[in-house]
Order: sequence, then C-alpha cells, then structure tokens
Amino acid sequence: MNVSTNQLLHYTLQIADNALINGHRLSEWCGHGPVLEQDIALSNIALDHLGQARSLYQYAADQFNSFDTEQKLGLFASPALEQKIQAGELLDEDDLAYLRDGWDFRNVLLVEQPNNDWAYTVARSFFFDTYNFFFFSALQQSKDETLAAIAAKSLKEVSYHLKWSSEWIIRLGDGTEESKMRIQKAINDYWMFTGELTTANETDRSMNESGVGVDLNAIAHNWKERVTAVFREATLTMPAETWMQEGGKKGVHTEYLGYILAEMQFMQRAYPNMEW
Amino acid sequence: MRVSEENIYNWLSTVSDPEVPVLTILDLGIVRTVEVHNDDEVTITITPTYSGCPAMDLIAMNIRMALMSRGIKKVNIENRLSPAWTTDWMTEEGKKKLKEYGIAPPIRKTTDSIGLFEEDKVPCPRCGSEDTTLTSQFGATSCKALYRCNSCLEPFEHFKCH
Repeated sequence: MNVSTNQLLHYTLQIADNALINGHRLSEWCGHGPVLEQDIALSNIALDHLGQARSLYQYAADQFNSFDTEQKLGLFASPALEQKIQAGELLDEDDLAYLRDGWDFRNVLLVEQPNNDWAYTVARSFFFDTYNFFFFSALQQSKDETLAAIAAKSLKEVSYHLKWSSEWIIRLGDGTEESKMRIQKAINDYWMFTGELTTANETDRSMNESGVGVDLNAIAHNWKERVTAVFREATLTMPAETWMQEGGKKGVHTEYLGYILAEMQFMQRAYPNMEW
Repeated sequence: MRVSEENIYNWLSTVSDPEVPVLTILDLGIVRTVEVHNDDEVTITITPTYSGCPAMDLIAMNIRMALMSRGIKKVNIENRLSPAWTTDWMTEEGKKKLKEYGIAPPIRKTTDSIGLFEEDKVPCPRCGSEDTTLTSQFGATSCKALYRCNSCLEPFEHFKCH
C-alpha cells in the first residue's frame, strides 16, 4: 500500500471536514440572526464553506476511486461506507459527507463547538477564519495542483470571513460593558480549542515534508500575531496559557459532533441513495 | 451545417446568470474555452464564480439546454478551478448592464488590492453620488455587498471586486 497517496487522501478529508462542520454550524444561524444583514452574512459564509467542502470531497472521492481494490479496504471505520466500498461501488462527495461516522471525521474540535450566543459564534469564527486565512495563503503554493487551485479560490472567500469576524471582535470588545464581558468570556472558554488548529499530526507532517501541505509552525506564528493585534484593537485580554484540548484530528471528538452528524446525515441513512 | 466556434459563442450569449439575469455567462467571464469536436459534440470549460454559488449547477444545465436545442447532441461541460475566477474577467458591456440594472459594478481591478480593513468607495448606481456607506459585505447572493447612498438615501447592491 502506498503510504503517501493515503496521506494525501487523509489530508484532503481533514481540510474538507473542517469546512463542512464549520459551515454546518454557521448554517444553524439561518433564520435566527439578530438582524437581517447578519443573518444573510452568516448564511453566505456558511455557503462558502459548504462550497469549499464540496470541491475537496470531490477531489478526495477522485483519489479514492483511483486506488486499486486492496488499497481501498480498511481506510474507513464506518460500516455504511465500508459496505459500499466492498460492493465495488465508486464513491462521490455525498458518500464522504453522509456515510462516515464520527470517528472517521478529522475536523478540529473548535469547529464543532456550539454556537451558544452571538459572542461565542463570533469568537469561534474569528479563531477559525484567522487560521484558514493563513492556511489557504500557504496552501496556494502546494505541489498538488488541485489543492493549490482550491486554496487560491477559497482564500478570496476566506478574506471576507476574516474581515467580518475581526470587525465583530472589535465591535463587541470595544463596545459596551455587557458586550465586552460576553465576548471576553467566549474567547476564554474557546481558547483551549485553538491549539489543535496548528498542532501537526502525522498527516500534516508527511504532507509538509513532501511539499503538498503547509508548515503549521509558521501558521501558528502568524495566527498568534494577528489575534494579538485584533485583541489589542478590541481592548480585549489575551487568555493565559492553558492546557490545549486535542482529538478531532485523530477522530476523537467532543459529544457535539454526534448531534451535528445525526441531523446532517439523517436523510441519507434513513433513505439510502435518495436524491432531491 | 458546419458548427463553428462563433456559432457556439453566439448561442452561449443567450444563457444568462439565473441570479443576475441581466448578465450573460459571457459577460461574467466564466466561459474559459469552447472546443468544437464535430457537428455533434462540443466541450465547454467553465470556471465557477464562488465555491458555494448555487447558480453554477443551473448554469451548467442551461448551457446544455441552449446547445442541445440547437442540435448539438453531446455537450461536455468541464470545470476548471485554476486560475480562480475574478471580476476582472467581466466585460465592459456587462458592467454597463449591471449599472443600468441598479447594481453598482466592480470598480477596480483585483490586482489593485486594498487592505483587509479598507473599503471600496462605490458610487451610487442611481444618482452617481460618491457619498455612500457599506451596510454589509454580504448580500442576497455571494457576489454582492449591500450599500446605502447618503445623497439619494436609496439602498443598493454592489457586485464585489473579487
């Protein structure tokens, strides 16, 4: 079995899973935004993430379908997907989104955390958008042409997202006593999920070495610098160094992911292969 | 009848953007290449606008319908991601049509980039005033931002420089 082709598939899925789960979380605001413009903004941003996830899942499916039979088996631990693979069927983007179980998802814990209130949603978005901005900036230079193309396209969209969430951090932080207290609390509570964004797993390391992936140490540096600058502008306090939670990139998730998947995958699981 | 590339482009000019019907897909600059293999088969390469734009699937279907109704039996549509679509590819004609339709067209080349926290000064498509305010970076479709004119007080949409 070719280890590096496997790693490229895992790498693609890792990026796709972040986009899908983050997009799904943001889509939960649709129809519930505090004002119409912000409801529309979040729906737009959610749609961008979903679009990016689709491109990435299509690419992952193409990679998978080009594997030989032996290489295809045992890559996933999800019975519904494995059944399809064993029947010799080709996979598509929907199979990867809807037929994998939680332990096969490789998104970071941060993006599956609940929306709670506006402050928590803004804090989570800001942390992820900052990472995404530097991540896609670097991935544009990937030796893998498809990933580089998806990155260049996504970066344009992510720039809007980062602008939006940075402005909200500043507006809430440098706003009223109440808004400042609430955004600071959200930042402090979600801080422990930020370390995982730039902690490399085996896939990250091997893809960085082969020039396909990015150097997460460099991203960590840029991330910290940008977050510090925006917090200063927002008169917010940088949380103290703390224990960082990890697990998502290994498939060990918080309980929240299960609920997201239950809602998102219900139709495909209840009515296999349905289309609309 | 011999089908030429020019025929195909003429037929493609009847396919409009379902979200902004005043623009054709040629105005938008999403058609990258047209290849005529023989009278029965053509390949159209298109570049998607925004990753999540729901209009793209419909556009692909409309291209197929437009060409099939003219007798092309096999229409292949290929997606090309790189280089990424940009409003720099929008035609001058397209920008003019947008403005007449009441949507402020992209006002600069994306190669002249502005800072992350800077905003475009977009003139009002109705009264021409430059005294306008951005109300939201996100509008009814991925490609548009919301503005308000401080002179005529009308809200308007701006096709973002992307």
